[in-house]
Amino acid sequence: MITLRLVKRKPLAPWARILIPVAAVVVTLLLSAIPILLAGGALWKSYFYLFYGALGTRFNLLETFVKGSPLILTGLSVAFAFRAKFWNIGAEGQLLAGALMATFLGVHLGGVPRPLVLPIIITAGFLAGGVWAAIPGILKTKLKVDDVVSTLLLNYVMWHIMGALLFGPLQQPGSSWPRSAAIIDAARYPILLPRSRFHMGIIISFLAVFVIWFINNKTTFGYRSKAVGVNIRAAHFGGINTTSVIVWTALVSGGLAGLAGVGELCAIQYRLIMDISPGYGYTGIVIAMLGNLHPVGVLLSALFFSVIIVGAQTMSRMTGVPTYIAEVIQGTALMVMLIFLLFTEFKIQVLKK
Amino acid sequence: MDQLFNIAFLSGLMGATMRMATPIIYATLGEILTERAGVLNLGIEGTMLMGAMTGFLVTFSSGSLWLGVLAAAGVGMLLGFLMAFLAVHLGLSQHVSGLGITLFATGLAMFVYRLHFGSPTVPPIIHPFNQISLPLLSRIPLIGPGLFTQYSLTYFAWLLIPALSFLLYKTHLGLKIRTVGENPVVADTVGVNVSLTRTLCLVIGGGLMGVGGAFLTLAHQNMFLIDVIGGRGWVAIAMVIFGNWDPLKGALGALIFGFLDGLQLRLQGMGIAVSFHLFLMIPYLLTIVALISVSRKASIPAALLKPYRREEKGG
Repeated sequence: MITLRLVKRKPLAPWARILIPVAAVVVTLLLSAIPILLAGGALWKSYFYLFYGALGTRFNLLETFVKGSPLILTGLSVAFAFRAKFWNIGAEGQLLAGALMATFLGVHLGGVPRPLVLPIIITAGFLAGGVWAAIPGILKTKLKVDDVVSTLLLNYVMWHIMGALLFGPLQQPGSSWPRSAAIIDAARYPILLPRSRFHMGIIISFLAVFVIWFINNKTTFGYRSKAVGVNIRAAHFGGINTTSVIVWTALVSGGLAGLAGVGELCAIQYRLIMDISPGYGYTGIVIAMLGNLHPVGVLLSALFFSVIIVGAQTMSRMTGVPTYIAEVIQGTALMVMLIFLLFTEFKIQVLKK
Repeated sequence: MDQLFNIAFLSGLMGATMRMATPIIYATLGEILTERAGVLNLGIEGTMLMGAMTGFLVTFSSGSLWLGVLAAAGVGMLLGFLMAFLAVHLGLSQHVSGLGITLFATGLAMFVYRLHFGSPTVPPIIHPFNQISLPLLSRIPLIGPGLFTQYSLTYFAWLLIPALSFLLYKTHLGLKIRTVGENPVVADTVGVNVSLTRTLCLVIGGGLMGVGGAFLTLAHQNMFLIDVIGGRGWVAIAMVIFGNWDPLKGALGALIFGFLDGLQLRLQGMGIAVSFHLFLMIPYLLTIVALISVSRKASIPAALLKPYRREEKGG
């Protein structure tokens, strides 16, 4: 009888760490051919329009960056938390917290000098997301509450808080829909390129990639955060205040997701609606995993996903494959990447009995 | 205010409580089974959505409601098996595998629905299950009409609660399942096949989650909407914790949720302005409080979240 089993392998060379996400993307695209073919799409034509739709024209290329901006931020948010083994599944709720704060200030800051409005909103939005993430961070460290479940549940708590406010104090006067009044002009992110939606938030997300890379690699906090992720007991006995590291990690992680919410509000919607986020927080988990929790990896995988999301529109128009193919591809990518990551640690051994 | 508490209102509220609790009961029982065997299945939300979509699609095409229920159970079992492959056989992180399945199944459900129905302006509908009044019981004054005029799937859910309790606490198989969830090394030593037991629990649990989803499209409503599950899978995850991994207490949690959901629907129907969002937030907050107290007790299956690889034993 032949049996297969998994045995630990030696750490892989650095080039393999780059190759693996690339290979995962290739396998994902191969697997995604199945639903495309089932939907009656001609394969090459479908993939051509998928990429052409996202990169082929100036407007679409810039749209890919517009979609990419919140994905970069939620991906960074998740990656930064996961690196310290703070399992933040709550980027969605933290994003909403940021958007909610931006709405509140964006509607009411009319009397404040114009140059101060955006800095106030951005800072407050970061803090709103951060505090919303710090709560499960404190629950985890002080009361041993499982962070996966608590962050997940807090997404729904925040969604319902938003709903209650949008049907209540934040509702646009005279409207019966759950939506807020429009934010003031001074609260809008500037559009940086004419005839597009390429806005300041995109620059913020690229800056965030650099800042997180810098924190991870060049600061003591980044080192401590990683040490807690690798072995929390060793970190503790090594003299690191693990509670404080986890709570601060949670705060930064939530803050990044909060910024994604601020961007969607101040650059895209200009008013709060219930479906301000089509699940950016959850997609952020896939992006963080595919990017191997590295900021540059996150940047690349976020852009890859925004190509898929933007391109799926064109593909759907040209071939009739439903746009939900984008979600199918995302789910497939996560599972393929998981399996590939397994083989970075283990190899298959064939046993003959 | 008198009108608020008249008999018709209370009876209606009891009926609505039972109805709204039904999908949560299926999902909660399914999740209790898998977590008792040591696997947290966060694929639950996507599994329910696939169940809801598949049940609807099959019923729409075949005209048979029960065939739809069976198909929903089948697709739930398949997704349970996929979870078993990732989290049990490959030993991947249960969190990420489960979320991966939810993302994948959510995308797939919407994709298949669109593929089959396109984007019609009026969503296609089926003729849903009828409610059945149980003879005699439904004549009991006050509680009878509300409690005992229900869908057959609801009655079935109520039978499942003691059945799962019996399975877990009174049978040899139940002992095996609990041992696998508490201490797989011991289970393995006494000859219990850990992988097989976990796989079995995930498959059956997935089937229950699928049926829970199908209840929403085949009984509670007569159409499939993309947000039909609306976080009920996560509510079930919460109820498992709230109920201390016990079928009876978990079902009680589901009833509390059903009550709040039913109450806000009734009040809205009467034109009383309540923020249903504040109502629906309560179960989540209760669960977070429950999580705090649970973490001080040892009721959580000890091997939950821990993959089991035989060769790593002792080293």
